[in-house]
Amino acid sequence: MLDDFFLRALVAGVGVALVAGPLGCFIVWRRLAYFGDTLSHAALLGVALAFLLEVNITLSVFAVCLAISILLMGLQRRGSLSSDALLGLLAHSALALGLVCLAFLSWVRIDLMGFLFGDILAVSVFDIAVIYAGGAAVLAVLAFIWRPLFAATVSRELAEAEGLNPDAANAVFMLLMATVIALSMKIVGVLLITALLIIPAAAARRLASGPEQMAVYAALIGALAVIGGLFGSLRFDTPSGPSIVVAALALFLLGMTPVGALLRRFTTPHGGGGGAR
Amino acid sequence: MTLAAAARAGAGAPPLVRLENAGLYRDGRWLVRGVDLTVARGEIVTLIGPNGSGKSTSAKMALGIARPDEGAAHRAPGLKVGYVPQKLAIDWTLPLTVDRLMRLTGPLPAGAAHEALERTGVAHLVGAEVRHLSGGEFQRALLARAIARKPDLLVLDEPVQGVDFSGESALYELISAIRAELGCGILLISHDLHVVMSATDHVICLNGHVCCTGAPSAVAGSAAYQQLFGGRANAALAVYEHHHDHVHLADGRVRHADGSITDHCHPADGHHHHGHAHAEGAAETDEAGHA
Repeated sequence: MLDDFFLRALVAGVGVALVAGPLGCFIVWRRLAYFGDTLSHAALLGVALAFLLEVNITLSVFAVCLAISILLMGLQRRGSLSSDALLGLLAHSALALGLVCLAFLSWVRIDLMGFLFGDILAVSVFDIAVIYAGGAAVLAVLAFIWRPLFAATVSRELAEAEGLNPDAANAVFMLLMATVIALSMKIVGVLLITALLIIPAAAARRLASGPEQMAVYAALIGALAVIGGLFGSLRFDTPSGPSIVVAALALFLLGMTPVGALLRRFTTPHGGGGGAR
Repeated sequence: MTLAAAARAGAGAPPLVRLENAGLYRDGRWLVRGVDLTVARGEIVTLIGPNGSGKSTSAKMALGIARPDEGAAHRAPGLKVGYVPQKLAIDWTLPLTVDRLMRLTGPLPAGAAHEALERTGVAHLVGAEVRHLSGGEFQRALLARAIARKPDLLVLDEPVQGVDFSGESALYELISAIRAELGCGILLISHDLHVVMSATDHVICLNGHVCCTGAPSAVAGSAAYQQLFGGRANAALAVYEHHHDHVHLADGRVRHADGSITDHCHPADGHHHHGHAHAEGAAETDEAGHA
């Protein structure tokens, strides 16, 4: 049944969204959107290196993302530039380096648009296996470090004082980010990975009354966006990545309408937060 | 006092946490330096001092959040800590109810969260989102979270900030009661001198270094303390009786009740815990040492 390219894309996309949602919540909570952007832009450099060294693309992207996040943490510690300037520098130099490298590789014929905006045609059964195995591993690890990671998100000092080792949780989180970016690249493309991480989480925020609930909703909203976006992409012959992001945006906007208010009443036990009155 | 005395009597028991000459250096200056403090089971130790005097920094070194750049910090192995930080901002993107906040750093037995919230007077807010709480309500929830863990060591950094006047004393009474119930050690940071003086076993007065230290009545009488807190100090002082068991002589040495004279009165030598007074102008200050 996975012979159909469209079905393969759907299965792969939903798999990615289910992982991206919970992780995206932490990106929203910790205000790491720009950090996510930096990593995903660096993914293109990973693609170039994969062609150059003739290694697996997903693996290469993962390695580059990990290297960039370690580099970033090191540079931040030295504190010579502000965080956002550093991120901008790394994001765009990695993207530019990737593009220049790819241009030099004149002997390989690659579809650059596919890497930038996602390419549903490129999803193979092997990709699906990688996405689901990697995704399951990411979710399992995330569940394992959930408490220290969430406590450190609320207050690093509190988590540290009460013996939760937030630094280890943060380091593992970086690892998970790199994994998810490597997994999502084929579906939404380098330029829009952060959107897949952030928009479902932002939409879920309006519906959720607890962090765990928000993570689940973000996963579901992301999956819906993938399904809607891919059908739209097929129907209107648009690139898959942008179509998925547009669908996610539509869901986010839907959450702000009376429909969202209704859903909220339905999902939160206290009638939409408050409760203090 | 009796619990603390008992804790002191069992001198064999190691303290929960101990700072030895600890100091933290940041951005070209010492935030605090030369801090010696111990908190034993059943004891309330309070840090007082003006803004920027290193109270929170000292507490963070004791907690292990900040590693001292000089000196050392020791914590008892397996120490269970409850911490109320001075500042905690909850981002609006975080959907966090009071109930979830209670379980932030570890699971709680059934009913423990409710019981603790009841005691701090905010049980009715259990389902409320944290960002909708008032400053005082949030402080109460944070205190409830810390005590619900049944910790060995409670570290409370200005735990009653934003709490209304009548609520303050009730919360301090609660803190004393918790100490008696759990037998935990408490490291308290407070601005409220009256409370510090009435509910504390041991006071450490900071101003970038340890200015004076000892039982509340003794510290209240010291010149260094008077200098730091001025008129307010006298008002607080009037409430307390004095037991002088040793005197700081004009040359900086200390004469104890038994007639012996020593060069210093170190917090660990035991003399301080029975209260002492400083002779005018010769309080246990050590400005010169850290100037």
